[in-house]
Amino acid sequence: MFTETDLEVMQSIISRYPRSRSAIMPLLHYVQSKAGYVTNEGIELISELLTIETAEVSAVATFYTQYKRKPVGEYHVGVCTNTLCAVMGGDAILEVLKSHLGIENDGVTSDGKVSLEHIECNAACDYAPVVMANWEFYDNQTVQSAKDLVDGMRKGKPTPPTRGPDSLPTWKENSAVLAGLNDGRANEGIQAGEPTLLGLVIAQSKKGGKKK
Amino acid sequence: MTELTPVLSAHWDEKDSFTIEAYKRHDGYKAAKKALAMDPDELIQIVKDSGLRGRGGAGFPTGMKWGFIPQGDNKDHYLVVNADESEPGTCKDMPLLLANPHVLVEGVIIASYAIRAKHAFIYIRGEVTHVVRRLNQAIEDAYKAGYLGKNIFGSGQDLDLVLHVGAGAYICGEETALLDSLEGFRGQPRLRPPFPAIAGLYARPTVVNNVESIASVPAIILKGAQWFQSMGTEKSKGQTLYSLSGHVANPGQFEAPLGITLREILELSGGMRAGHTLKFWTPGGSSTPIFTDEHLDTPLDYEGVAAAGSMLGTKALQIFDETTCIVRAVLRWTEFYKHESCGKCTPCREGTWWLVQILRDLENGQGTEEDLAKLLDLCDNILGRSFCALGDGATSPITSSIKYFRDEYIAHITTGGCPFDPVASTLFETAAK
Repeated sequence: MFTETDLEVMQSIISRYPRSRSAIMPLLHYVQSKAGYVTNEGIELISELLTIETAEVSAVATFYTQYKRKPVGEYHVGVCTNTLCAVMGGDAILEVLKSHLGIENDGVTSDGKVSLEHIECNAACDYAPVVMANWEFYDNQTVQSAKDLVDGMRKGKPTPPTRGPDSLPTWKENSAVLAGLNDGRANEGIQAGEPTLLGLVIAQSKKGGKKK
Repeated sequence: MTELTPVLSAHWDEKDSFTIEAYKRHDGYKAAKKALAMDPDELIQIVKDSGLRGRGGAGFPTGMKWGFIPQGDNKDHYLVVNADESEPGTCKDMPLLLANPHVLVEGVIIASYAIRAKHAFIYIRGEVTHVVRRLNQAIEDAYKAGYLGKNIFGSGQDLDLVLHVGAGAYICGEETALLDSLEGFRGQPRLRPPFPAIAGLYARPTVVNNVESIASVPAIILKGAQWFQSMGTEKSKGQTLYSLSGHVANPGQFEAPLGITLREILELSGGMRAGHTLKFWTPGGSSTPIFTDEHLDTPLDYEGVAAAGSMLGTKALQIFDETTCIVRAVLRWTEFYKHESCGKCTPCREGTWWLVQILRDLENGQGTEEDLAKLLDLCDNILGRSFCALGDGATSPITSSIKYFRDEYIAHITTGGCPFDPVASTLFETAAK
């Protein structure tokens, strides 16, 4: 599964840190970028690279919800159901997506395209209700826009994120970004959505129009 | 009327605001260059004089925190930026980093030099891929420009900056849990003392600061402590980001001097959503006791909010109107704390579990009045008896909501169910009108 090139990348991740054990989290993200989830093989490899017990790697992998111990979809959809998003529509979106996809929370569609999870606050409350796909922002969602999003995923053409790259990367591609690898897409997408700019725009209008 | 004061957000409207070129167009990295020609102690003094206090929730004076690092101890020192923004309602640091990651990098350069650190880390939550991309690119570009690495600005100073991506654990926003996580362990809080200033990352002297705190430093260095002091109130100096969300006409980020009120922010932004009235709100995330329409004129600074019985926290103003069921809202927050409890200490691990059971019964109309007393008793046994602030925070929505909305809890008991229609609270309802 893991090639010589993978091992080189993993060594370079370890070399970022003053102490090797600190690399365990990016290494787990990297394993997910190759295998799709944290496989036993991945755990054994990390344990060898860091010279710690496999149980210690498992202990870390099972503590953090972003590390998956079974395969997720090519597109992993998270619906925020923390209080504010839930009240403003997140609960309704999650219910509709479950029945629309015919899966439960933490389920994967039979074609392996889409998995679904209810998530906690994702720091985008001024864009509620929020849906994340492969941890990219989909702001101001409705039941219909969320259905359209997952339909597009199953056809291989998902709607692009609202504040993110020009097209939605796969779960594995984004896991590599979370491992700290540069995919060269930082300049894609907008710098800010309307709510982010609201205070600035109001301040500018009070001062008599936009600055030059 | 308090005026808005965009400083951090001043150039977010430029399409390329996140690039190094855009940042340099607006004096980017001039503060770092200036700082590295100064004495580190002088920098600490400027930040102390400015009155800057931690923007991550606790409000501890930033310059004082830097001053706690022992000097001349021949040990490695570390700066760790807490970018784990996860407190429900909090949404300021992520848009800041998406629009201008370089201001954080520049702040890191200055702060590291001040505390004599040659190694700095940014611990960012893992569920924000595009923010990670932007920050990673910014760090790469800063290295290429010679602002990071060896002999930065030709000053003889070295600094390495590592971006560390989390993996979905709210508890890692707690500074000692964050350090354990960064060392490669499960993110669980540590017993204090020793405090991170003495034994932090790898048991070395470490400063942990919030994104907004560090991002506020370059402007203070360029414009001076007096300039920063001129904004805000007596003990809460400077400008800050307020995040307005929920049942309002226009949600968003507002940068204003500390001490602005919710009434003023609502007047500026267009008020509540049409046809609805304010019922309850959080001043600084779900861990801060809720407020009601009685508190519209409470100055949103550290002292004003505390005097009114809550905490300024992260200035996450989550607004709920009269369509929202308080029991449903509090139950959902409590489910969050139960899910995120790290399991280290018994009051939080077991207590949050029982809080959820009782609140579920109440929301479903199967509770009793004794349950309300039991909730308060449980909260009393969690607050102040948990290992870290997560347990304390879990009790805030419960005790404050029972204080202001006991009648609504009782109504669930007497009518045998929830008297609210959840559809009326959704944004889709707003769109249909």
